[in-house]
Amino acid sequence: MPEPNTVWRPAASLEVLKLRARMIARIRAFFAERGVLEVETPALSAAASTDVHLHSFACRYTGPGDGALYLHTSPEFPMKRLIAAGAGSIYQICKVFRDREAGRLHNPEFTLLEWYRIGFDHHALMEEAAALIADTLAGSRALGTPEKLSYREAFERHCGLDPHTADSAALAAVVRAKAIPLSADPLREEADTLRDLLLTHTIEPQLGRGRVTLLYDYPASQAALARIRPCDPPVAERFEIYLEGIELANGFHELNDATEQRARFLRDLARRSIPGLPAMPMDERLLAALTHGLPECSGVALGVDRLAMLAAGVTSVQDVIAFPIERA
Amino acid sequence: MATYSTNEFKAGLKVMLDGDPAAIVENEFVKPGKGQAFSRVKIRNLKNGRVIERTFKSGDTIEAADVVDVEMQFLYSDDQFWHFMNPESYEQLAADKNAVGDNAKWLKEQGVCIITLWNGVPLTVEPPNTVTLKVVETDPGLKGDTSGGGGKPATLETGAVVRVPLFVQTGELVKVNTRTGEYLARAKE
Repeated sequence: MPEPNTVWRPAASLEVLKLRARMIARIRAFFAERGVLEVETPALSAAASTDVHLHSFACRYTGPGDGALYLHTSPEFPMKRLIAAGAGSIYQICKVFRDREAGRLHNPEFTLLEWYRIGFDHHALMEEAAALIADTLAGSRALGTPEKLSYREAFERHCGLDPHTADSAALAAVVRAKAIPLSADPLREEADTLRDLLLTHTIEPQLGRGRVTLLYDYPASQAALARIRPCDPPVAERFEIYLEGIELANGFHELNDATEQRARFLRDLARRSIPGLPAMPMDERLLAALTHGLPECSGVALGVDRLAMLAAGVTSVQDVIAFPIERA
Repeated sequence: MATYSTNEFKAGLKVMLDGDPAAIVENEFVKPGKGQAFSRVKIRNLKNGRVIERTFKSGDTIEAADVVDVEMQFLYSDDQFWHFMNPESYEQLAADKNAVGDNAKWLKEQGVCIITLWNGVPLTVEPPNTVTLKVVETDPGLKGDTSGGGGKPATLETGAVVRVPLFVQTGELVKVNTRTGEYLARAKE
C-alpha cells in the first residue's frame, strides 16, 4: 500500500506516460494510413454485457426516462450498430470498466483499442493485429515472425489432449498431472472451467516468447460473440493474441445472425442466475441492428495498457497507468 | 462463520486452509481473455510455516481465521508452559512448546514478544529482534585480544549458545540478533 502522503502522485513515470502518448499517436497513424475511421460511442449504456464472467458497474441516471445505466465493459455493441448503419471499417480508443478485475495485469478501468474490418475473416484480422503490435513496439522491442497456433494445437502440445473432444474427466486428469493446486475437486468442474484453468496456468506462460502467438479456433462453448464454423467438431472463429505470456487481444469473426445472438444472450442470462449474478438487460438495439443486417466483418479488442507495459519493459499495468484504482 | 470472497484476497489476510490457520502471502488475479477468472495465491500455514500455492475460482469463498498478533511480556516458564502477560490489561496466558519452539532460548523475563493467537490460543511466539543477555559460561580466552577476530562459544543465561569474540568474559552482557543467532555487541546494564 502506498503511503497516504504520496498517493497523490502518479504511479507511472512521466517518461512512461510520454511513451504511452507516442504509442497512441502511432496507433492513430496506423489506422489513418489504412482508411479506418475513428469513432466514439457512449461509455454509459442502458444495456450491458450478459457474459457470465464479466461484471458491469451500474449507476443511475436522473433525467427524462431515468433509470439504471451501465458503464460499458467494451464498446462492441454500439460499434456494431454503427457498422450496420453503413460506417464501414472503424476503430475506437476508449476507457472501459470491469468490476472485480484488479491485479498485476488488470485495472478495473482500462484503455481498450477496438477495431472492425469489413470483409475480413478472423485470420485476416489477426494478421493485421500482429502488424499493428509489431509497428507499435518497433522502437522498443524486436519481434520474430508471428506464430499461428490453433487452440487444439496448443492443448495437444502442452497438455497432450484434444480440447474439443476431451471430457471433464480427461481434462481433470491433466489438471492433476500438471499439479495445478485447484482448491476444489477438478472432477466436479465444468469442462470450460478446466480448459480455462489449463490455458491460464499451463499454456499461456509458454505463448508469445519473442514473437506474438496468434491462438485461434476456440471451442464452440467459448464462442462469446464469434461465429461458429460447422466442422466436426464445430469451432468458434475466435482468436487471442499473446506476447511474452500475456494476453493482449481477443477477436472474433463476428456473429451476424440476430436469432443466434438472442439465443446466446438468453443462455448467458440463464447461466448468470445459477451463481446468483444480477440479470443484465440484453442489448435489443444490437439485436435490431443485426436483424437490419451486419456486413461480414471481424473485430478485435486490444489492451492498450498491456501493450504500453510491454513497450516500457515493466511487469505491471499499474506502472503505465497514471492513477491506477488505488490512487484513483 | 465469517468468510472471505476471492475479491477480498490480499497479502496478510488470515484464513483457514485444510483445517489450519494460514496467511495469504501473495495473490495474483488471472483471467483468460474471455472466461473463468482465478486467484492464484501463495499462502503460509501458520502452524508449520510452510508456504504452498493454491488456485481459487473467482467468487469462491474461504473461511476466515480468528488470528491476531498481540504484544505480551514474558513472565516465567515452568515444565510445560511459558507464561506471558499483557502489560496493559494484566491478562495472562500460557504458550506451549509447539508455540514457543526454538525461540525459548531467547526468552528473558520482562522481554516483550509478539504472540500470534488463533482463537485466543498462542500459535507462535516471536521474541524481540535483539535481546541483551548475560554470559554465564565461556572460556577465558586470550588476554589483551580486543580485535574481535576468531571467536568462541558462549552460553547465555537463557541457555542459548552463540559465538562471541575472544574478549567477551563470563558475567558480561551481550546483545544478540534473535533472527540470525549472531552476536552484535557488548552491552551495559
